Amino acid sequence: MSTAPLVRVEGITRIFGTGDAALRALDGVDLDVAAGEVVGLRGPSGSGKSTLLNIIACILEPSDGRLSLDGQVVWDGRYHVADLRRLRRERIGFIFQFHNLLPFLDATDNVALAMTLAGTEPAAARQRARELLDYLQVGRRAGAMPARLSGGEAQRVAIARALANHPRVILADEPTAALDSERARVVMDLLRRVAQEQQAAILVVTHDEKIFDRFDRMVALRDGRIEAIG
Amino acid sequence: MNLAFADIRHRLGRFLMTCLGLGLLMGVALSMVGIYRGVVAEALALTHSLRADLWVVEAGTRGPFAEASRIPGDVREMVARLPGVATAGAVTLRSAEMQAPQGLVRVQVMGFEPGRPGGPATVAAGRDLGGARFEMVADARAGLALGATVLLGGDRYRVVGLTGGLVASGGDPLVFVTLRDSQELQFQLAPPAARRAQAAGAGPGALDTVNAVIARLHPAADPATVAETVRRWKHLAALTDAEQSEVLTRSLVNRARMQLGMFTVVLLFVSAVIIALIIYTMTMDKLREIATLKLIGAADRTIIGLVLQQAMLLGAAGYVAALAIVFATRDRFPRAVELGPTEVLAMAGVIGLICLLGSLVSIRAALRIEPQQALGG
Repeated sequence: MSTAPLVRVEGITRIFGTGDAALRALDGVDLDVAAGEVVGLRGPSGSGKSTLLNIIACILEPSDGRLSLDGQVVWDGRYHVADLRRLRRERIGFIFQFHNLLPFLDATDNVALAMTLAGTEPAAARQRARELLDYLQVGRRAGAMPARLSGGEAQRVAIARALANHPRVILADEPTAALDSERARVVMDLLRRVAQEQQAAILVVTHDEKIFDRFDRMVALRDGRIEAIG
Repeated sequence: MNLAFADIRHRLGRFLMTCLGLGLLMGVALSMVGIYRGVVAEALALTHSLRADLWVVEAGTRGPFAEASRIPGDVREMVARLPGVATAGAVTLRSAEMQAPQGLVRVQVMGFEPGRPGGPATVAAGRDLGGARFEMVADARAGLALGATVLLGGDRYRVVGLTGGLVASGGDPLVFVTLRDSQELQFQLAPPAARRAQAAGAGPGALDTVNAVIARLHPAADPATVAETVRRWKHLAALTDAEQSEVLTRSLVNRARMQLGMFTVVLLFVSAVIIALIIYTMTMDKLREIATLKLIGAADRTIIGLVLQQAMLLGAAGYVAALAIVFATRDRFPRAVELGPTEVLAMAGVIGLICLLGSLVSIRAALRIEPQQALGG
């Protein structure tokens, strides 16, 4: 496992509102996630998990601190990247609680879409999409629409989409919440494999205790601060 | 891959139902445009068919359509002798209800002298009037068959010919009878009324009266000059065909045109609001998908393209449905629905513009969707 952090969060603070109504959702959070590492992020509702994930995803601007992705400072009082969507397209993969596959595209096209948005030729995108689906052992469902996929299959397709553009950082928001224990463990094992083989840093927000043992580290947040790292 | 097409294909049934609904709405708007054009076309149908260059009517009137006009029947011979006039014919015109086999039919009765101007330009079925009395050429809109017998003003008439598309400005079908028949129908008093008039010393009244004389001019003759010559006779007025057309379209059917025009504008406005709402609903139905697209890095142009292409496809499909509906049903309308390439293309442009403008609100809403909305349950 490499020790160089692909995600580096330093003293990140996020305040919503102003004056008496100000709410400190994150309060000086420090967190590193290295290549090949799968880190869990847990905490009660309102602890700041989603806020931290949104900040790392560059869809929410911090109030203070510094954020670096893949060795590049992305935010330290202002964004240093002009095109944040391009940054997300090319460097970050997303996995959602309810897979968020586009219901009008089949599995292959859902994966290929992420690549065509980044400028890959459609034919090449579809070819890599099929390879990724095979890699995630869901290739036989390549032509199926999301509504025809089981929860586990849909989540694997979503993981394939997240991997489409070779991202160094993968952010997952409750990826096993809609799955039973067995499928949840299968998905987590897949993420661990992806982290190892693709040398990606994976940060997973989860409440799912049955998969806590699948993380390299578990970070607990409470009231916007890191409570424990285990 | 085209996201707009893929989404439509995925929800094809819903899309087609929406298009059908929109098609009905656009069909109503399109029909209104056609009816608007039809009112003008019907108002001019008779004058176009008669191919009159000049209308000679009673002095101080703009008859015989817009105002009542009565002139002596011998005016026809006077007009025919004027320099520049090739031929002239006397006509009468009146509304009537006749008892047809299918029931009472309201018609506009036109009397003319066979062989002179005033009759139908073409007879679609059967033959034109000859010299025989109590024969009739009727427009197909009257719903009469060749050989049918109708009761008009106490006399029985036999239908010997049929025309197509000849109606009065009010939409009533035209029927043609000989001038003599029409004069009796229009000016001859019933026997009891005639006896009463004679007892009062009023006399029977002149039967050789017509409503107008129409003239066709030699190609080199100037209608305005001939009309000026006619006006020198103090008891007559004259209108060129252009002036008569102006009277028909600007005066006689102007209120109907205004009404239809304003209603069409209101209908288009309502259509625009409904189309905008449909596009907005279609866009907001994809809120999570759009948020996901943004989160995984889709550019704004991808989102705009998705909304705009769907709006234009919706408009195009709805308009095709509207055309199919209108062209399949327009012959069932009681009045003409005139839709030529100009109206169809103009309306397509209007619908396209409505879809474009209607999608702007949705595009704005789509661009304001936050990528965070893709996260969480």
